[in-house]
Amino acid sequence: MAKTLFYFIVFPGFLFTALVGLLVSWIDRKVTARVQWRVGPPLLQPLYDFVKLLGKETIVPQAGAKLTFLLSPLFGLAAVTIVSTLLWLVMISPKVTFLGDLIVVIYLLAIPSICVIIGGFASGNPLASLGASREMKMVLAYELPFILAIFTPVIQAQGAIRLGDLLQYQWANSIFLNSWSGLIAFVVAIICMQAKLALVPFDIPEAETEIIAGPYIEYSGVPLALYKLTRWMMLFVVPMFLVIMFMGGIVFSGWHILWGILKYVLLLVIIILMRNTNPRLRIDQAIKFFWGPMTILAVVGVILAFLGL
Amino acid sequence: MDIKTKALTKSLWVFHFASAPCNNCDIEILDALTPRFDLERFGILLVGSIRHADVMLVTGAVSPKGAVRLKRLYEQASKPCLVVAVGACACSMTMFRDSYNVAGPVDKIVPVHAYIPGCPPKPEAMIMGVVKLIKALKKG
Repeated sequence: MAKTLFYFIVFPGFLFTALVGLLVSWIDRKVTARVQWRVGPPLLQPLYDFVKLLGKETIVPQAGAKLTFLLSPLFGLAAVTIVSTLLWLVMISPKVTFLGDLIVVIYLLAIPSICVIIGGFASGNPLASLGASREMKMVLAYELPFILAIFTPVIQAQGAIRLGDLLQYQWANSIFLNSWSGLIAFVVAIICMQAKLALVPFDIPEAETEIIAGPYIEYSGVPLALYKLTRWMMLFVVPMFLVIMFMGGIVFSGWHILWGILKYVLLLVIIILMRNTNPRLRIDQAIKFFWGPMTILAVVGVILAFLGL
Repeated sequence: MDIKTKALTKSLWVFHFASAPCNNCDIEILDALTPRFDLERFGILLVGSIRHADVMLVTGAVSPKGAVRLKRLYEQASKPCLVVAVGACACSMTMFRDSYNVAGPVDKIVPVHAYIPGCPPKPEAMIMGVVKLIKALKKG
């Protein structure tokens, strides 16, 4: 019991993920600043932002539903924490988790978006409702190609549905990225990840130049801090999930750890560069993009995987 | 100085309220936020929602209609929220002093923590104003 609590709260759960999330979001801001030819924020900037938000007044709008409004950020945070715990435990000892944890992870990764939707609708602000409805459309749009892309490795590994089995299959044979179907699924998954993280070009739900901050507009103080923390943790957890699914995860022995971290950094660089070189899409363009080219590409990947390519 | 104040001084999120200005001050504010001056070095970000803001920049001589909104926005902000009057009009109304359709300088409507005079103030002046504001915060 104490061990489980340690896993969830300290390593690899909440504290570890939160600290790495703060660091990663700083890297994101710093690299963005360098791309724009400026200096950028100091290392502790995300921590300052977080502590400041904790110290501010929390306002619940009069028209809002108080309980839902305040609880939804907590659920999102809890979901990301559980995903991170599962992923790292699987990498440390592949035998430890249960059958079907891949499906649980996919479900849990959808929960933060759903919490944003619920929180946005609960705040009783028209712009927040608009943002929440856009977020809902985004979830409907990107989940289909994302799940298709995630199941390509499962088909390649003869239907292994446990993360640990998938990892061991990759360690025994070669990584899934090393095949045509894996490559196609990986590209689709990266673009879906960008939408999952709600970063440019898919930051349509919160588009600060048109609907201010979307679902977050009425949030202040502690709930806003939790939302920000959830976003930063997602920036760490979702690429980590792709590293496990397609690139063989992190092997905990000697130099392999560094190699594993490099895999994550590669994905992070791709995310940041995509974010800095693209304009924002409209919501209809995004849905057409995901249900059209992306889904077709993902289906091609699945067919290739069935053919064994 | 406690940790709350330190975090606040290191991460000031700015909300921009334009109450009937001539837009010169607004353009200078946007100048100050460009990569050339790079205010993100000090944790200063522009936010769109007053609920997220720590600093409210007010420009222009406040009109009677604007005064109602300004007061309401200040009440909607999550405290501590600092108000900075940017430009000569917001500080003292200068040439609009005796006009029939102004409600007064900003400090007659909401409490003001820093004044940045100038018509319009340069981005450097604004940065200096913010630095002085941070110093005042640190003193408590």
